[in-house]
Amino acid sequence: MVTEGAHPPKVIVTKIGFDGHDRGSRLVAAFLRDAGMEVIYTPPWQEVATVVKLAIEEDAEVIGISSLATDHLLVPRLMNALRDAGVKDVQVIVGGIVPARDEKLLLEAGVARVFHPGTSLEEIAHEIRNLAMRARAMREKETP
Amino acid sequence: MNKPDSAKLFESELEQAEQRWQDSYDASAGAEKDSVNRSGIEIKPLYTPQDRAGKDFFSEIGFPGEYPNTRGIYASMHRGRSWTQRQLIGWGVPEDYNARLKDILAHGGTALSLIPCNSVYRGYDADEVPPELLGTCGVVVNSIEDMDIALADVPLDRISCALNDPSPFTLLALLLAVAKRRAIPWSKITGTSNQSDYLSHSVANHMFFRLALPGARRVITDHIEFANESLPGWNPLSVVGQHTQQAGATPAEAMGFTLAAALQYAEDCIARGMDPDRFLPRFTFFFDISISFFEEIAKFRAGRRLWARYARERLGAKDPKSWRFKFHGQTSGVDLTRQQPLNNIARVTVQAMAGIFGGLQSLHTDGYDEAVSVPTAEAARIAIATQNILREESQLTDVIDPLGGSYYVETLTDQMEQQIEAVIARIDAAGGMYKAVEKGLVQQMIGESAMAHQSKIESGAQTVVGVNAFRIEEDPYEYRSQPYPDPASIAAQSARLTAFKKNRSNAATSHALDDLARAAQGTENIMAHTVAAADAGATHGEICAVLRRELGFGQPLAVV
Repeated sequence: MVTEGAHPPKVIVTKIGFDGHDRGSRLVAAFLRDAGMEVIYTPPWQEVATVVKLAIEEDAEVIGISSLATDHLLVPRLMNALRDAGVKDVQVIVGGIVPARDEKLLLEAGVARVFHPGTSLEEIAHEIRNLAMRARAMREKETP
Repeated sequence: MNKPDSAKLFESELEQAEQRWQDSYDASAGAEKDSVNRSGIEIKPLYTPQDRAGKDFFSEIGFPGEYPNTRGIYASMHRGRSWTQRQLIGWGVPEDYNARLKDILAHGGTALSLIPCNSVYRGYDADEVPPELLGTCGVVVNSIEDMDIALADVPLDRISCALNDPSPFTLLALLLAVAKRRAIPWSKITGTSNQSDYLSHSVANHMFFRLALPGARRVITDHIEFANESLPGWNPLSVVGQHTQQAGATPAEAMGFTLAAALQYAEDCIARGMDPDRFLPRFTFFFDISISFFEEIAKFRAGRRLWARYARERLGAKDPKSWRFKFHGQTSGVDLTRQQPLNNIARVTVQAMAGIFGGLQSLHTDGYDEAVSVPTAEAARIAIATQNILREESQLTDVIDPLGGSYYVETLTDQMEQQIEAVIARIDAAGGMYKAVEKGLVQQMIGESAMAHQSKIESGAQTVVGVNAFRIEEDPYEYRSQPYPDPASIAAQSARLTAFKKNRSNAATSHALDDLARAAQGTENIMAHTVAAADAGATHGEICAVLRRELGFGQPLAVV
C-alpha cells in the first residue's frame, strides 16, 4: 500500500498556450498549498517543453493544466512530449472550459481527469491526492 | 438652523414608525438572517428617510449631465439615446470575420468590434504558433492584407470601430494603413482601443502583448499622445475593471483599482506635458456586471461620481466633458454555470438590467453557453435578443436613473463610494497603481477576494443554482459547442502570410522596422513608426518582436 508518507503530493499548476485568464489556476494552487501539498505554480503561457522540463526537474507527481480559451487543444502535444521524454508516471489533469467532445479526446490522449466549471476545490484536492498516490505506486513498481 | 414645526413633527413620527416596524420585524420569521454584499457591506432589511438624513441633494445626487454626474453623464441618458449594442466578435480567418461583420451590419448594427486570435495577444503571427489554436477564440489578423480582407466593403469613415487591441496597438496601425490605402482621412476614423489598460492586464486576464512594465507604460502614453494629435475621433484608452472583477476582485475593489489606474494614466500624461482637458474626454472605462444587482448599480453610480470629482479636483480638468465617466459593460461570465446552461439567459438578463440602471453607454451580453465552449451562433443571437427585449419591450428606459432617490440605492451608493475610496487610499499609500501592480499588492488582493467568494460557494453561503443547489442529472453532450475553424482554411491563412511576406518589398519593411527600433531606443513617440511599419508591410509579429527586443518582455508576477 502506497501512502503519502514523508512527503505530500507534489503538483505543478500551470497554463500552456496563449490564454492568460488565471483565476482558476491561482485559486486551485492556493487551495492545494493550504491543504498541505507541495505546489509548483507558474504564470500563464508556458511552452509545452517548459512544462515537461519542470516536471522532470521537480519530480512532480501531478500536472494540472488550467484552460479557459481552447488551450486544452494543446494538451495532446503535452502528453506526447512527456512520453517522448520518458515521463510515464506523472498524472495529468485538466480543469476549465472543455467542451464534452474534447474531454473524450483528452482522456484518449492519456489525461487522467478533466474538471469542469462548478467543481469544488475539495473534490479537486481529493482527486489529486489519489492521482499522486497512483504516480508514486507506478514509480515504486519501476524502481524496486 | 431652526426647523419648521412640521418638519420636526415628521421626524418624530418617522422615528416612532420605524421603531414600530423594527419591533414587528424582529418578531418575524427570518429576522435573524444577515445579508452582506460581495463588497462586504452589510445590507439592512429596510431603508427609510432616516438613512438619508443630513444628505445634500445637489452635491450628492443632482441632475443627469450635471456635476457630479451621479445620475448619468448626459442630460437625456437612455431616454434620448440608447446604449450601443456592442457584441464582441472574432473567429477563424479574415474572410470568416468579414462575413460575420456584414451579417451584423445588415441587421442594424452600427459599430464593429474585433477580437483577435489569442496568438495575436501573445505577439505572434500565424506562422509562429501551433496551428490547432489559430482562430479558435478570435480572428487571425497579422498583416495589412488580413485587415483589408477583414474589413472589405465596410465603410470605415462611417462606422465606429472597437478593436480589442491592448498593446502595442498594431491592429489600430493596420486599420490606419488600410484607411490610407482606401484614401480615407484619419480624421474620419472613430472608435476605441478596447482594453488598452496594461495595468489591469498585468494583474488579471493577461490578454495583451506583454512588455515589461516600464515599456508598457511608455507605449500607452505614446498611444494616447498620438491619438490626441492625429486621431480626433479615437478613444485610445479603455481603463478596465472587468479584468480584475472577473479574476476575483469585489465590485468595490474592481472600481477602486480602475479609478486608481485611470489616475495613474492621467498623471503619466500630465507628466508628459499633456493638458487634461485634451486627453480626459477620450478616456473610456470598461466594467464587469455581476449578478449582485443593486451592488452593481451602486458601484456604477458611485464610480461615476468619484471620477467626476477626481477629474475636476485631483487632475484639475475644467471642461465638463473631461469629467464624464463613459463606460462599456459586459455581463459577468464568472457568474454563469456549465450546469443547466439555459439558466444563464436569466442571469445575463439580470446582469444587463443592472448595467442599464447603472447608466452604461454600451453593452455586451454574454452567450448562455460561455461555460460550455466559445459561444455558439445560437447563443450569440439570444444574447442580442436579450438586449433588444430589454430596450424595446420592457419600458426600462423611460425614466432616467429610475432608482435614483431610492433610500436603499442612494445609501448603498454612498457606502460603495466609501469602500472604493478606501481601496484607492490603499493604492495611493503603495505609491499609486503602477507601484502597487509592480509590488504584487493588487494581485494579492484579487487572490484573497477570489478565495473568499469561492469559499462562500463551497460552504453554501452563496447559492449557485445548478451548482450547489437545485441540481439535476444532465448529459453534457446535450449542449452543442462552437466548432473550431476548418484546418484547411487555417493552413491557407498561413500560406497567405508566407506569400505576403514574399511579395512585399522586404527592403522597405526592414527599413520601417529599423526606424521603429530606433524610436523605441530613444524617447520619440513610437506610434507613428508602428503605423508606418504596418503600412510598409511589417506584420504584427514582426512589430512585436522589435518591441520585445527593445523594451523587454514582461513575465507576470507569480502571486499565489
